[in-house]
Amino acid sequence: MTLLLDLALVAWLLALAVHVVVQRGERSAIIAFLAFGLLLGLAWVRLAAPDVALTEIAIGGGGTGILLLRAEAVLRGRGKEEEPMTRAGKLAVAVGCAAISAGLGLAVLSFASPAPTLAPAAAEALGATGLGNPVTAVLLAYRALDTLLEKIVVLLALIGVWSLAPDGVWDGAPEVKPAIVPGPLTYLARILPPFGIVIGVYMFWVGADAPGGTFQAGTVLAAMWLLVMMAGLKPPPDTSRPLLVLALTGGPALFLAIAFLGSIFAEGFLAYPEGLAKPLIVAIEAALTLSVAAALAMLVAGPARKAPAR
Amino acid sequence: MTASLSPGALFGLCGAALVGIGLYAIVTHPGLLRRIVGCNILGAGIFLVFGAVARRGGGAGFEADPVPQALVITGIVVAFSASALAVALLKRLSELNVGERNGTAAPTEQRGRL
Amino acid sequence: MSAVLGIVTIVLVTAGAVLFLAGTLGLLRFPDTLSRLHAISKADNLGLGLIVLGLLPQAASVTGGLKLICVWLLAQLSAATASQLLGRAVYRGRREP
Repeated sequence: MTLLLDLALVAWLLALAVHVVVQRGERSAIIAFLAFGLLLGLAWVRLAAPDVALTEIAIGGGGTGILLLRAEAVLRGRGKEEEPMTRAGKLAVAVGCAAISAGLGLAVLSFASPAPTLAPAAAEALGATGLGNPVTAVLLAYRALDTLLEKIVVLLALIGVWSLAPDGVWDGAPEVKPAIVPGPLTYLARILPPFGIVIGVYMFWVGADAPGGTFQAGTVLAAMWLLVMMAGLKPPPDTSRPLLVLALTGGPALFLAIAFLGSIFAEGFLAYPEGLAKPLIVAIEAALTLSVAAALAMLVAGPARKAPAR
Repeated sequence: MTASLSPGALFGLCGAALVGIGLYAIVTHPGLLRRIVGCNILGAGIFLVFGAVARRGGGAGFEADPVPQALVITGIVVAFSASALAVALLKRLSELNVGERNGTAAPTEQRGRL
Repeated sequence: MSAVLGIVTIVLVTAGAVLFLAGTLGLLRFPDTLSRLHAISKADNLGLGLIVLGLLPQAASVTGGLKLICVWLLAQLSAATASQLLGRAVYRGRREP
């Protein structure tokens, strides 16, 4: 019975992916991609990965979806298309791609048995941190270096986006509000954020012991902020605003500071002193959640479009 | 046969197929925005293969190996950041193209020069 | 007792799933945006409501049940807003072709 569900999920995922590729209309393709992201979340649940499922639905589906839809609205009618490939060329590419898929599929079917696993090592780390959610423990203790570097990558991407602002509006604010704000959107932007903020804080808090965590919580908070900005209730801040910069860099800075302190007071860089691991991790997570929220919202908002208010 | 079609292997195969589909879109599609979507499908496929590995690596009381799962979470966020940068570049490119076609700089550019 | 609750769950969730199926059929078969919207909003609100109601007896704790109800209410709110926005877009499109 569950095999049937899995097969149906896989069939839908493949059908939607093909639809996204062959669909002529840009917008229909993006909406199909949104549906693809939601179904992919279900696939992650079937793979016993609820943390990944939440991240995929929030960031992979929702975040990327709104990013693409906004881009489509701007680019409509003036996207520069290249010459389509010839039939023979397409066929050759299709054969090549099929070969790659087949190779990868063979690799999946011939995985080593017994499967190599780091689960016992992660379980050991779990005991030392006082956390209940193994994925959070891996993200913030066992493989904290990855998480730290990833935060830096997000900030680098944001610097890249901001650096596309023309000279005259440098340091200015991005534009998020559409020309006409429909009434129901304003209504939603007034009603939803209080609930969204509670849900975001809750997701961050339970992330220590249950599925959830900084990324998922940060995405929910970012969505609430974007909603408020889109309805024009609060304009986006200037990109040079000190408070925004503090929110963006606070998380990684605290993470780095505690990491360096670890080499003085604990066993080494990124090590937590015994007994203090859980409070330190929760503190880092709180700061990171704010940083993730600010960074994701600003990534969707895009480069500055208005001259800074000075 | 049922052993080889465990959820891990099934979604792993799905991931392998998605890699091919995404790659095809990136190489052949004439529109740049759709190529970014293709990148995301390719990424989703790779993540699913990771998920298959994680599912097989369950042990020590966990249903799946948490290490690849954490890597995938990191990967999803990085993929989003990369998409955001790509979309911003694409918007700027089309702005400049429109400006070129009209013989003037794009509106924001003009405001910028004043 | 648990058998009765189990049957309640099965009946309610099945009814919800049937409503979703009907709504999806309407979405695919109805001729214009407004009637499609009509079909899908029935499925969304009532169907999801029945499924949540059916799952309530299975909730492990009171807070778990409250979370389920919150999910339903939030889905209602977003569905109502989305269909208002879609309907408005259709209305504007008709007036200024």
